[in-house]
Amino acid sequence: MSGESPVLQVENLNKIYDDGFEALKDINLEIKEGEIFALLGPNGAGKTTLINIICGIVNASSGRVLVNGYDHVTDFRRTRSLIGLVPQELTTETFESVLATLAFSRGLFGKPPDAAYLEKVLKSLSLWNKKDNVIMTLSGGMKRRVLIAKALAHEPRVLFLDEPTAGVDVELRQDMWQVVRELRASGVTVILTTHYIEEAEQMADRIGVINHGELVLVQEKARLMRELGKKQLILYLDDPLPEIPRQLDAFDLQMGSDPDELIYSYDSQANSTGITALLNELRQAGIHFSDLKTKQSSLEEIFVDLVKRIR
Amino acid sequence: MNWHGIKAIYKFEMARTRRTLFQSIVSPVISTSLYFVVFGAAIGSRITEIDGVSYGSFIVPGLIMLSLLTESISNASFGIYFPKFSGTIYELLSAPVSVVEVVVGYVGAAATKSVILGGIILATANFFVDVQILHPYWMFLFLVLTALTFSLFGFILGVWADNWEKLAIVPTLVITPLTFLGGSFYSISMLPPVWQTVTLFNPVVYLISGFRWSFYENADVAVGLSVMMTCGFLLVCIVAVWWIFKTGYRLRV
Ligand SMILES: Nc1ncnc2c1ncn2[C@@H]1O[C@H](COP(=O)(O)OP(=O)(O)OP(=O)(O)O)[C@@H](O)[C@H]1O
Ligand SMILES: [Mg+2]
Repeated sequence: MSGESPVLQVENLNKIYDDGFEALKDINLEIKEGEIFALLGPNGAGKTTLINIICGIVNASSGRVLVNGYDHVTDFRRTRSLIGLVPQELTTETFESVLATLAFSRGLFGKPPDAAYLEKVLKSLSLWNKKDNVIMTLSGGMKRRVLIAKALAHEPRVLFLDEPTAGVDVELRQDMWQVVRELRASGVTVILTTHYIEEAEQMADRIGVINHGELVLVQEKARLMRELGKKQLILYLDDPLPEIPRQLDAFDLQMGSDPDELIYSYDSQANSTGITALLNELRQAGIHFSDLKTKQSSLEEIFVDLVKRIR
Repeated sequence: MNWHGIKAIYKFEMARTRRTLFQSIVSPVISTSLYFVVFGAAIGSRITEIDGVSYGSFIVPGLIMLSLLTESISNASFGIYFPKFSGTIYELLSAPVSVVEVVVGYVGAAATKSVILGGIILATANFFVDVQILHPYWMFLFLVLTALTFSLFGFILGVWADNWEKLAIVPTLVITPLTFLGGSFYSISMLPPVWQTVTLFNPVVYLISGFRWSFYENADVAVGLSVMMTCGFLLVCIVAVWWIFKTGYRLRV
């Protein structure tokens, strides 16, 4: 990470749509420069609304947004030229060529033409051989690439990716994460939303969870996984048990999917994990096992758990 | 001022025009020719002269105005409506461009196209009848002011419209009748007195009258009034556009 100063500050942000729907409730968020921040949340949680407000597409009802310390309404020229957005919907021009639409985006954001830079962007997204194609003739995944290229055309310092991998094949996903890694290496801040939690798990430095318009959690990913993630000890028994003996009730054991698996969940943060005691009890009960392994719950399990708990 | 932004929008819109170049040139040439065949030949054989100008020549300024108005409106309204419809407007809204820059880009491009169109019609008309232009500078000024005003009007229409029907209905239901009734093909003085008075409430009368004056020095209303009215519309449209963006009307939710 290149710095700790916030590149984006969202303060007491509220959004009530014209129909009276409260899409965002008092959002407070700081994004550090150079980090990758993943915004998670179920459908309709308010992720796109939040991003659209920051980017200037939707008006906030109250609250403010600062980008590099500049207010995003009164100083919109400064803030918007720093930001690039890949929208959730596949909305591209129709009759323009790929290169022309990139040149348009760059100009629109106030940058002088730079053919070499646009070439680099197109190449990094495997679009260079399609540069003269009319966008209409591209496949959906390629249009998605064009949207990413457009967002990068003006060399933004903060990039928003609103569900960039929805409906995208493995190859493009890998291309995209490669691009994101390179961007991060050059100090660009990336804020993304996704429903593929393993992506957030792989890419993000920090995770925010939004639900019913409320930001319910913001946490370092590593810490989140450590704190909320449960560890499991799986024992592979020599002989399957018909049922778990009463004397082991205190450990709250579970049978695995196979009858010869015994699962013990524990909190890795606690002073005593209880593993030693469990192993002692097992020996006394005459239960033998041939192998064991531990497993940490994935971000996905944490997330599902969290959203369930909030409901 | 984001000059690159203005240039990008202007170039984008002009590229759109270039893609439909054939249609942009051929259709005005054909429709102008048709008007001359129908009005010039059929009616012109009965009305030979109006205020000392042959009927065929008399209708040229009105014909140009008719196309100028409808084309300016349809071009500018489509230019801003289509991104709204397709969703690509997100980029415009998230870009560091101000109201002024967006309007200069879109309206500038639409007006440019209209002025070129005016030139094409003039050249076509010249092929059929004698066209005199006594005050070329005034002629050009009226042409540009009208193209700008109605491109702005079209822009507002495009922002306001939330479906294709609304987009089409204003030109057909308002602009075309006003142009036809505004003295494109006749002199206001040919009407009965009551209708002359009614006609003076039609803003298009002032545009056509001033424009025709720059050709043949004959006008239905004083030239000064025409200039004032034209600038007046321009001002009204500018204020409306300013208000639209200030309030984010229909663009930002
Ligand atoms: N223009 C609008 N008018 C009224 N309500 C809206 C509007 N746009 C969005 N909403 C509502 O606001 C809520 C949040 O929408 P938003 O698009 O921000 O969700 P999201 O978290 O991005 O969902 P998804 O994962 O499906 O993309 C939804 O309930 C949606 O119906
Ligand atoms: Mg969304």
